[in-house]
Amino acid sequence: MWYFVVPEVVFGQDALTRLAELQGKSAFIVTDKNIVSLGFVDKVKEQLSQAGIKSNVFDEVEPDPSLQTVKKGVALMNQYGPDLVVAVGGGSVMDAAKAMRVEYERPDLKAEEINPFISDLGLGAKCKLVCIPTTSGTGAEATFAIVLTDTDDQRKLSLINREIATDIAIVDPALAAAMPAGLTSSTGMDVLTHAVEAFSCTWKNDFTDGLCIRAIQLVFEYLPRAVKDGQDMEAREKMHNAATIAGIGFTNSLTAMAHATGHSLGAVFHVPHGRAVGLLLPYTIEFVGDIREDIWAEISYALKLNIPKGEKAGLVLARAIRGLANSIKEPLSLKELGIPVDKLDSSMDKLIDNAMADGSLIVSARVPSVAETEKFLRYAYEGKSIDF
Amino acid sequence: MAILFGSQEWADKVCEELNSSQIYKEAAKNWEGDMYIIVEPDATFKQRIIVYFDLWHGDCRSACIVKDENEKSPKYRICGPFAIMKQILDKKVDSVQAMMTGRLKVKGDMAQIMRMPRAAVEFVNGMTTFETVFPD
Repeated sequence: MWYFVVPEVVFGQDALTRLAELQGKSAFIVTDKNIVSLGFVDKVKEQLSQAGIKSNVFDEVEPDPSLQTVKKGVALMNQYGPDLVVAVGGGSVMDAAKAMRVEYERPDLKAEEINPFISDLGLGAKCKLVCIPTTSGTGAEATFAIVLTDTDDQRKLSLINREIATDIAIVDPALAAAMPAGLTSSTGMDVLTHAVEAFSCTWKNDFTDGLCIRAIQLVFEYLPRAVKDGQDMEAREKMHNAATIAGIGFTNSLTAMAHATGHSLGAVFHVPHGRAVGLLLPYTIEFVGDIREDIWAEISYALKLNIPKGEKAGLVLARAIRGLANSIKEPLSLKELGIPVDKLDSSMDKLIDNAMADGSLIVSARVPSVAETEKFLRYAYEGKSIDF
Repeated sequence: MAILFGSQEWADKVCEELNSSQIYKEAAKNWEGDMYIIVEPDATFKQRIIVYFDLWHGDCRSACIVKDENEKSPKYRICGPFAIMKQILDKKVDSVQAMMTGRLKVKGDMAQIMRMPRAAVEFVNGMTTFETVFPD
């Protein structure tokens, strides 16, 4: 028994006009100052006003949002009494909004107490949650996970519960067009990693497989175009769709070792999430290797990759992913990220500890030992294909 | 030789498997807390079984069958019907998915489980590395 959770997804050109059809009296818009300066919040307010919905804006969400920011937002929500929460931004904004919505609807439950084993949260009675992504990467508009930082304790909290999922995801490509090339490439690699890992992890299932394969195809076809020309709106739309499709895929089947090690790398060296997991993806494909050879062959077939006789599909796929990354100027090794080797050495214990404790590792088709994790990271540092 | 589920011999074998598993030691190196596995009677098996494990930093310090739930006060209690427990030990059902769908109920320090999910998974894996025979 398992669940397939998916929000109402409104996608494509003018998807934002869905806001003008919403029922409600008061919206609490959660965003950040950059999104406000880009004029996106004004567009959202305009659509909401057409539905007769007044808006209040909270624009204080920071990258890696904190519990403390969530509490600040909830205090304002309690003051305004909204029946809609509208998140406009990237993964950080959407995660913060999800957490605020839970605390607002369930004042007896602190955001940090959200866990997968609570049932009947009873969300939706007081307000609905609408997520509008402005990046094409995290898929947070479709997921039932939240990552928050407890700044008092200096730790990250991964909070999961399938009932915290978004009610409506508005996937309008116009809002992704402002992404610079570097952000487009790193977030695009995040999409690819979500889809490949969700398709190959031990929780893969019939409901997510097709979504993942389609997202992988879209990334290979459209990511280079979106990076090369940010105003290529066909490519923007396809990548925006791919992000949400992969988000639905991985939230219903999970991600695996590239995320476990990538989260660790991000926490220790502050590497952007998509860049970290995307860089590590081909190494994890090589590490998992023969255990998932049939899966790598399926992906290779979907991408029309030529597998020479006698060669492993996993190696062909890993090479194709490195080729894609190289074509959009994403780094291929930890060394290329500019991490000094002495910093890698001195951080190795922490990197391994983080990775071994990461929830994503539980669904990896091959789970590394401590020694293998260190060897894996050293190979990834040097840019050496995994051969163990 | 298969060992009868719910017997002291079975509890000892799980303990032995955990203590000899490098993977469990690594995954649970920071784990602190004892646990009840409570098997509730259902249509397939009518008895209640409670197995106690004392788990500490990657070691299983002791394991025993408990008759009265109040005998000990473990940090965690994982409860589920016999049929689900059997499917988990037969690797037909994923233990974490069983918890997330409410077929297994978990009581205890959720923060620790969320910080060390692999410890919980490798603990369950320790029950599946040898042949178990079921009393139904």
